[in-house]
Amino acid sequence: MEQAETAQLKAELSKHGIFTTTLEDIYNWGRKNSVWPLTFGLACCAIEMIATTMARYDLARFGAEVFRASPRQADLIIVSGTVTKKMAPQVVRLYNQMPEPKYVIAMGACAISGGPFRDGYNVLRGIDRYIPVDVHIPGCPPRPEALIDAFMTLQKKISEQHLAGEKRPRHLDAELPSEFPVPAYGEHGLEPSENAEVWNPLKIIQ
Amino acid sequence: MVFTSNPWPPIVALLVGGFLFAIAPLGLAKVWAIKFSPAKPGIQKNATYECGLKSEGDAWVQFKASYYLYAIIFLIFDVEAIFLLPFAVAFTGLTVGACVAMLIFILLLLEGLVWACQKGVLTWD
Repeated sequence: MEQAETAQLKAELSKHGIFTTTLEDIYNWGRKNSVWPLTFGLACCAIEMIATTMARYDLARFGAEVFRASPRQADLIIVSGTVTKKMAPQVVRLYNQMPEPKYVIAMGACAISGGPFRDGYNVLRGIDRYIPVDVHIPGCPPRPEALIDAFMTLQKKISEQHLAGEKRPRHLDAELPSEFPVPAYGEHGLEPSENAEVWNPLKIIQ
Repeated sequence: MVFTSNPWPPIVALLVGGFLFAIAPLGLAKVWAIKFSPAKPGIQKNATYECGLKSEGDAWVQFKASYYLYAIIFLIFDVEAIFLLPFAVAFTGLTVGACVAMLIFILLLLEGLVWACQKGVLTWD
């Protein structure tokens, strides 16, 4: 059945008080409301992340109050702050140790591009060079509302994922990797300087 | 009476029900994993040590036993201090016998300290 036709039938049935759903919807509904982030803060953004979890902003409303101290139990890594070249291998390794499905929020200017410290000799210019980032939030640091917005964006992304087919997410595709190469701290910074499979910056055509 | 005939069938039914209650979610999860979600093990994912840092060396290292003696001596003199405080407070009102008894107690512990010192427990290397 066509997708539009299905939606129409669903709407028609709901008018008569009959609620219909799919296995995919239930699966995604369960997943998006129980995203457990990793207890992992890097810099000042982490303070905003902590504030987000506390009573005033209350991330618990979205089912994400359980910050796990172990990557084994976490679904989401919030890269909150400047990633130094010394810290980058550890971030990637922690991401690798998380079970599938796993998501990444790059929080703040530093995590997405290096931010004000971009030209620093020891600053990584964005964590998306090594791990696939799902949501980027700009800001220095972003307010808790921005993190909540990023979280809701991630929830929307999760709820739109398909169980099967070509467009299914990475964790359901046996071909795609769950671990990414950990960079090593070499003589001139990190080696390799980026993971070409993950990092697809916009090309500047002159 | 209904239950006088045979009391076992309800119990067996409960047992089977309870077993299924425990097994069914696990089975469902397994079926789900086979149908949709492939297992993706990896070296780092399966590593024992769950930390960003690489584990260095072996966990089966032996800690120095000398610390054990050091801690025991600390404990003994810690307890002694608890006895010494009321002794000092009540000192003026004590009989000679009580003072001698306390002195013997302190000397005994002091002897232990001298023994430990000679044994080289207090020198840290």
